[in-house]
Amino acid sequence: MRKWFGKSSDESSTEEQAPQDEVVSIEPDPEPQEETRSVWDKFRTGLSKSRDNLREQLTETFRRSEIDEDLWEEVEEALIGADVGVESTMDITAHLRKAVKTEGIKDASDLWDLLGQEVSRRISGSATEILNQEGKVFYLVVGVNGTGKTTSVAKIARKLSLSGNKVLLAAGDTYRAAAIEQLKIWGERLGVDVIAHQRDANPSAVLFDAIAAAKAREVDTLIADTSGRLHTYENLMGELEKMRRVAERELDGYADLKVLLVIDATTGQNGLIQAKQFAAAVEVDAIILTKLDGTAKGGIVISICDQMDIPIAFTGVGEGMDDLEPFDPALFAEALIGVGNHDDF
Amino acid sequence: MFEILSDRLQQTFKRLKGHGKVTEAHLDEAMKELRLALLEADVNFKVVKQFTSKVKERALGAEVMKSLTPAQQIIKVVREELEALMGGQAAPLSLSPSPPTVMMVVGLQGAGKTTTCAKLAAHYKKQGKRTSVIAADMQRPAAVEQLKQLGSDWDFEVYSGSEDPVTIAKNGLEHAKSHGHAVVIIDTAGRLHIDDELMSELENMRALKPHHVLLVVDAMTGQESVNLAVAFDERVGLDGVILTKMDGDARGGAALSIAQVTGKPIRYVSAGEKPDSLDIFHPDRMAQRILGMGDVLSLIERAEDTLEKDKMEEQAKKMLSADFDLSDFLIQMEQVKKLGPLSSILEMLPGMPAGAAKNMKVDDNAVARMEAIVLSMTPGERREPGILNGSRKARIAAGSGTTIHDLNQLIKNFNQSKKMMKQMGGKQMKKMLGGKGLFNGGFGE
Repeated sequence: MRKWFGKSSDESSTEEQAPQDEVVSIEPDPEPQEETRSVWDKFRTGLSKSRDNLREQLTETFRRSEIDEDLWEEVEEALIGADVGVESTMDITAHLRKAVKTEGIKDASDLWDLLGQEVSRRISGSATEILNQEGKVFYLVVGVNGTGKTTSVAKIARKLSLSGNKVLLAAGDTYRAAAIEQLKIWGERLGVDVIAHQRDANPSAVLFDAIAAAKAREVDTLIADTSGRLHTYENLMGELEKMRRVAERELDGYADLKVLLVIDATTGQNGLIQAKQFAAAVEVDAIILTKLDGTAKGGIVISICDQMDIPIAFTGVGEGMDDLEPFDPALFAEALIGVGNHDDF
Repeated sequence: MFEILSDRLQQTFKRLKGHGKVTEAHLDEAMKELRLALLEADVNFKVVKQFTSKVKERALGAEVMKSLTPAQQIIKVVREELEALMGGQAAPLSLSPSPPTVMMVVGLQGAGKTTTCAKLAAHYKKQGKRTSVIAADMQRPAAVEQLKQLGSDWDFEVYSGSEDPVTIAKNGLEHAKSHGHAVVIIDTAGRLHIDDELMSELENMRALKPHHVLLVVDAMTGQESVNLAVAFDERVGLDGVILTKMDGDARGGAALSIAQVTGKPIRYVSAGEKPDSLDIFHPDRMAQRILGMGDVLSLIERAEDTLEKDKMEEQAKKMLSADFDLSDFLIQMEQVKKLGPLSSILEMLPGMPAGAAKNMKVDDNAVARMEAIVLSMTPGERREPGILNGSRKARIAAGSGTTIHDLNQLIKNFNQSKKMMKQMGGKQMKKMLGGKGLFNGGFGE
């Protein structure tokens, strides 16, 4: 099959475009502009507009001459303020403290790069396995309410169909009012077929039909939307388990099943619990981090990767159809923390 | 909700109580843990700083340290400060004396604006007010359709149009006025608080002078909750906040931070996808829940709100007499079911260790199964379960889709509770319900 967003990470260093275009493009744009690092640009721009400008904060912090308790406290606050969470934050600063001792670091500004490394080291973003599938794939997109599942489904569908894949969508959210209509509208805009049942239909039955249709039409990629469900509802998680079972059985080797968990970058420490619960129910293969717009700093993925072995596959911003990129831990850390680009900012 | 925070705080205070005399060192230790507990609960780090220093300052005050039970006094201080942090008083929305009362609902994408609008509409509709929702989210595909479906499900009117959002809102208001609506709610598109263009759209809509501008915030939001609330407040001007997805075991950081930083009250909290799952936010009760003191008041209110009083009184009498049978058992179960998921009821009970309700894995389906079994019985069988023999049991099990084992279990439970009630008789039972025995626990003062 295809290479996903083939060109993204190579051209990253020369990116200078001002990402003013927050406009939501609704029309399918058959010739998308250069698939640039629009997501990372937006993330950076957002960060600079944010009230808690992490980079500015850290610039101040690392400008100090001395590495003392006050400095550590400021670093801790900056990380916690970015939703990194207490446990991972303490662990990061513990590593830094140790490095200061063993390597005899005296200059506070030397800590900046170290911090960037500590952060990116913790995030597994190796999504190649998820993205560059050789054979046919079935993506089951899951998550709590309001994280952006349906929009993510549409974005993935667009990327894939533009790169020449035959894509089919399954309207597996039969619960929320008008969720089926929402996906159908996307299907029309993208020129991609949608398999749907009536509202309140059994979602496993939708998958059953969608897989049958995918086989009959020899589809490359089937992407299924699901209802948002809070991880605290056992019956809803059970429903999801069943959907996975049905999908595996019906696929019967036709395509690889990959479960993608959508997490909202605005989420706090609850995101870790979400990841744990969904992973326990349906074996999450990768995470899509949505709404990474810079006001939300997405630090929760550091906690998640620190404590679980799930890669972050994509990240997205807003409702613009092209704003979906493979997740890149180094770019993320660089945008978030600044990693030594003292003068840039 | 709040389990993890509550759990940690309970541990902290238990340790504090262990010391006969509380020294400043003890206090520092407790404050450190309080800080961590709040940070882990996503409370904004600036708010945490202020909060702990305030608690410490008050705790060091003479009346606390000299008290015979300093630990208790410190817990009291924490409770009071938590209450104050969340705005102090409950602040449900009031309706304007000259209708229609106009509400405008704003927030980030995916916070739950549309569902909240529908819940608000259902809430006022239930009070007999003519209510409509204006569908001014032209951004998300099928957002209008979603409102229309909710409107037909929950019985409220939806106004929609195809113009720009501000014009739609304006026309919708005209429509509501000319049709004598009491409450109009404007649903807006989700937007980012740093998105200039979309924020100025809200400013234009603000010019229509809604009585209440309400910010919808996902209770699971992290540190950003404070910034977004402040930004919306500065640009659009907020009259209050509604927290959603309270059933997602969020740790409550947003609830604890927003009111403090914006000075705008949290009006309602919402959990679940049913029309009646919108509750008035009570800072005092929430503070008690966070500290593991339970929230019996809310439970009683909910019971009064949902249970049919006459039925319950009749039941209570019957329970204590000899002719309590399976049909009565069934009525009771139906009433209990109305209160909502059992786990959410357990959460409100004082002395319930944090998270215990969750660990118990309350099986709400069990009630449904019991119901099915009883409904598969003949009236005679319900009155006198003693007549159940093998073939009757097999019939009932088959008819209710359960097993004979389930049936036997039910009969056993029924007989046990009947026996217990008989033993207790009238007086004792009343004493127990009226006295403090049942509803005591947590950190009584």
